[in-house]
Amino acid sequence: MEQILFQFFNLDIMIQAWPIMLRGFGMTLLLCIVVIPSGLLGGLVVALASTSEKRWIRWPVAVLVDIFRAIPPLALLIMISAGLPFAGIRLSPFTAVCLSFLLNNSAYYGEIYRAGIESIGTGQDEAARSTGLTGFQSMVYVILPQAVRNVLPDLVSNTIEVVKLTSLASVVAFAELLYSADMARSVTYNASPIVMAACFYLVLLWPAVRLASRLERKLST
Amino acid sequence: MSQRLPILTIDNLHLRYGDVDALRGITLEAGTGEMTFLIGPSGSGKSSLLRCCNRLETPTSGKIYVDGEDITQRYINLNRVRRGIGMVFQSFNLYPHMSAKGNVMLALRKVLGKSRAEAEAIALKQLERVGLSDRAGHYPNQLSGGQQQRVAIARSLALEPKIMLFDEPTSALDPELVGEVLKVMRQLKDDGMTMVVVSHEMRFAKAASDHVVFMAEGQIVEAGPPAQIFDEPVAERTRTFLQEAYH
Repeated sequence: MEQILFQFFNLDIMIQAWPIMLRGFGMTLLLCIVVIPSGLLGGLVVALASTSEKRWIRWPVAVLVDIFRAIPPLALLIMISAGLPFAGIRLSPFTAVCLSFLLNNSAYYGEIYRAGIESIGTGQDEAARSTGLTGFQSMVYVILPQAVRNVLPDLVSNTIEVVKLTSLASVVAFAELLYSADMARSVTYNASPIVMAACFYLVLLWPAVRLASRLERKLST
Repeated sequence: MSQRLPILTIDNLHLRYGDVDALRGITLEAGTGEMTFLIGPSGSGKSSLLRCCNRLETPTSGKIYVDGEDITQRYINLNRVRRGIGMVFQSFNLYPHMSAKGNVMLALRKVLGKSRAEAEAIALKQLERVGLSDRAGHYPNQLSGGQQQRVAIARSLALEPKIMLFDEPTSALDPELVGEVLKVMRQLKDDGMTMVVVSHEMRFAKAASDHVVFMAEGQIVEAGPPAQIFDEPVAERTRTFLQEAYH
């Protein structure tokens, strides 16, 4: 028992690791602030393109979405950060993470928006168009507000996944939360920093998880 | 009867979906201020014809002139054309995320570029016209079917269209709510609005319309003033249909 406490819940070690953990947590937040909005925005573009009436827009986007949904995000990240230098393109770890997340997230968020858009009956668009709104205006003012509302729980769920996936950045030596925790662990030979990291993730995500299930219940009633 | 300046002229219109001929040579005229009623069995092409008139459908061949302009031209700004042609749908199609007032204001703001205050004033005026000034802040799910349809009418009217198209405006309503919508339509006619109506409300057609067109299988079987079509139909097809419709 004492051994477990010493190895996993060692207060001395935790206090020692606190500054580096806090910085790691800050970096994780920074990643989230860049990666979530860019994914939401990229996903919107993907959704608009994949519901376009023009086949030459729809088609290539569908192929790209399939590709980026099929490639594991870790494989994509390593391809970008370790593969691209062979083509003479050298990106900082931060940029590499942001780029790979943009590609991956746009595909996933895009599919969620698309499901939302397709859940809105054609009558709404016809009503909007019959008053002279352009297709784009109808999408922005009539279709999207309803579509987003319908898939809000899915958007929140996916965002939770994205936050968790930011831990992949540790693989390319970006000093976010998990990377910092692992550093602290290897220096102190103690697992307490890892437990700390888990606690940080919990504090960050627990409210989001609650929000997601509340939204789901609210929408199903 | 009103002056017969044709504001709407349909000339030999054909519409084909795949290998289905929805419309097979429709020729029709409607004068300013007239109410034209399209009747006929389901699948006869009435709604398709109506939807061609604001280009929700693109006809395969033939011409439609609205106020002298050919709206079947290939390169035409449909958004501008549709501004002048109101449409009311069977299922209302109100925007559920906007209040009654918001529904009416949207096109005023985004299509006509009116200021918020201006759009709001027009919306309230139009809602009053359909008897709903006290419901301006209500959302569609807080309104009865008849009220929703009246908001939809106000939404179209707000753009001051030259023609109003009604696609089975009362078919989705409970019987006791039909009257309030028909009353608004009647009042529009008295205000001089040109209307083309697809509906099964035969009594209303008889009382209010200037022109009744009986369609079957994508063609006009018989057309004329209501007294002629309802009381002395010439075609056998029309007689059979009316007998069944009155049951």
